[in-house]
Amino acid sequence: MTDLTDENSPTELLRFSTCGSVDDGKSTLIGRLLYDSKSLFEDQLAALESAKQLSGNTEINLANLTDGLRAEREQGITIDVAYRYFATPNRKFIVADTPGHVQYTRNMVTGASTANLAVVLVDARKGVIEQTRRHSYIASLLGIPHLVLCVNKMDLVDYDQDVFTRIRNDFEEFSTRLGIQDITYIPVSALGGDNVVDLSENMPWYNGPPLLSYLENVHIANDRNLTHGRLPVQWVIRPRSDEYHDFRAYSGQIASGVFKVGEEVVILPSGKSSRIKDILNFEDKLPVAYAPMSIAVRLEDEVDVSRGDMIVAKDNVPHVSRDIDAMVCWMHDRPMLTGKHYAIKHTVSNDKTVVKELLYRVDINTLESDLSATSLGLNEVGRVKLKTQNPLIFDAYTINRSTGSFILIDGATHATVGAGMICEPALEPPMPKYEGYVI
Amino acid sequence: MENYQLSHLDALESESIQIMREVAAEFERPVLLFSGGKDSLIMLRIAEKAFRPARFPFPIMHVDTGHNFPEVLEFRDRLIEEIGERLIVRKVEDAIEKGIAVETEGGDVSRNRLQSPTLLNAIEEFKFDAAFGGGRRDEEKARAKERIFSFRDEFGQWDPKNQRPELWNLYNGRIFSGENIRVFPISDWTELDVWQYIQRENLEVPSIYFSHDREVFYRDNQWLSASPYMAPRDSEEVVVKNIRFRTVGDMVCTGAIESKALCVSDIINEIAVFRVSERGGRADDRFSETAMEDRKKEGYF
Repeated sequence: MTDLTDENSPTELLRFSTCGSVDDGKSTLIGRLLYDSKSLFEDQLAALESAKQLSGNTEINLANLTDGLRAEREQGITIDVAYRYFATPNRKFIVADTPGHVQYTRNMVTGASTANLAVVLVDARKGVIEQTRRHSYIASLLGIPHLVLCVNKMDLVDYDQDVFTRIRNDFEEFSTRLGIQDITYIPVSALGGDNVVDLSENMPWYNGPPLLSYLENVHIANDRNLTHGRLPVQWVIRPRSDEYHDFRAYSGQIASGVFKVGEEVVILPSGKSSRIKDILNFEDKLPVAYAPMSIAVRLEDEVDVSRGDMIVAKDNVPHVSRDIDAMVCWMHDRPMLTGKHYAIKHTVSNDKTVVKELLYRVDINTLESDLSATSLGLNEVGRVKLKTQNPLIFDAYTINRSTGSFILIDGATHATVGAGMICEPALEPPMPKYEGYVI
Repeated sequence: MENYQLSHLDALESESIQIMREVAAEFERPVLLFSGGKDSLIMLRIAEKAFRPARFPFPIMHVDTGHNFPEVLEFRDRLIEEIGERLIVRKVEDAIEKGIAVETEGGDVSRNRLQSPTLLNAIEEFKFDAAFGGGRRDEEKARAKERIFSFRDEFGQWDPKNQRPELWNLYNGRIFSGENIRVFPISDWTELDVWQYIQRENLEVPSIYFSHDREVFYRDNQWLSASPYMAPRDSEEVVVKNIRFRTVGDMVCTGAIESKALCVSDIINEIAVFRVSERGGRADDRFSETAMEDRKKEGYF
């Protein structure tokens, strides 16, 4: 057993999303992971027991554990993203449990936005259905590098290997169009616990790991972008005290890459350059810092840097442009219209934008493009051209989930209406020349 | 080549710092809600990491039920003095006197519910537009569905069916005048994370978290403190037990557990094998399956 009080044995954090409808047994699967990894407490179990007796069911409904809102319990469905936590000795898990119905696609997108991994459930009796394709597409759209297809309810198909193989082949054929790097297939029975925490005796033909052991061991360290140094300046620390008279530090969460003391950096959008003098984390001075650390840096030169600027590695700069080409998922009842103005939040900057053009809408069930579409409705996805009031400092979402993502906000209602993933610009925009600046 | 690996505590800390700085930058009048409990101590340390060597760009506020553990008040005042920040205290008692909060008839009733009108009144008084809370999603089912930026209408109410989607770390903090946002920077921390962090950062915590002898009586499957705020009934025998508290709340509703944990690492080892959830000792949550959701809708933390 790992000594939990030992600071020298750090555990890694893995975020995964689960998508599927209640019928797929998704909440049961999560309940099973919590229960079997002993993350479910006695009083929670007792609350489930009493709910069971009230409803007259014979089995404990583990779904009651995650469906916490009154409306969800009344309707027996999951409405919103629920976050769950459990840990094993070498990993901590954050589960974004998302609803599967098509009208909750936006919640699925929300849960997927920060996930390292997606668990997609399939009912063994039904195989790959529209919903499976939709979930998998969203996982790929949101750039989740690992996907696990759990073929659930194997108990209801007599643990038949042929059923599993057929579903696997179906999905493989479909998923070649998605571009997800790493896909794993696991036959499970969430209700009985087969292949969830322990290998199932009912499926001796399966020679992969059970779900939990896969989640514990999947390699995620390389999924972070440690190549492109990007520090969006969030907050300028200026104590204005006698002790720290001229102190100025630029703080933020490193979006990607690695920064070292002494390294030459460029400040965008001004294009001025300087060197990193100090990297600070509270009382510590660090020689090096990397994504996703929240730090503050001091620069060698007195340059003008404020919130919304980005400190970037000199040898590798992001795009700076007012023209943005992006995949947008619409999240509001009122549709996205061409010509309409929205507020946009990207990294730490707030700006205004106008929708110039909807190139096509994606049918998220068939992945077909509809070129005749003129608007995006709730839960629809499309390729959009935007123009922003000020230049955005960005990378393509596929190489940088932090500097490649944005949200759209309705200026009149303040509602979050869209989620955007920036595409690589077709033509390199002319980059400012940095060499000319001498500070 | 170094592997540039962040531990889970570093990753959680970094996210929380990012949230605090974002609120400081985008809101005009934020406030940090402080109870003296372990979660609010984490929040103070996160604020130090986010803003030092400057002072916090917001004050700290304690909504005082008047039913506090004396040890916690003493600790609060010492700590605030030590970090040199501004503390605002607003008392439920004053709110009751002004008629803003109305106490439920009969003794033995927790004032937890009365914190909501007191808090809403203070938000109004200081025109706070964002309030940091130490709520965590692992505490309770309704909290598990709450956003990090949790939008409240003019009446301070939470509408769970109408929450803004929250993607990546892009928070939408836009509000109209009179509305405000509750912000939960440590949403993704668990009880174990909190204690591991307290150990790593060597933070002092109120003494009631550690095992001590206390006069208690048994009611509703838990040990409650015998205090001037709540006397045991005739049938309830007061005994001295070796106990500690897992949460710091109103003395009337915070249940103690029998424990021998004398230091932070004892606590970490203890909760690692616990089979009862943290809020299992809070009588206010056990009232019904959706007790927390109902209280949150009224403007609770």
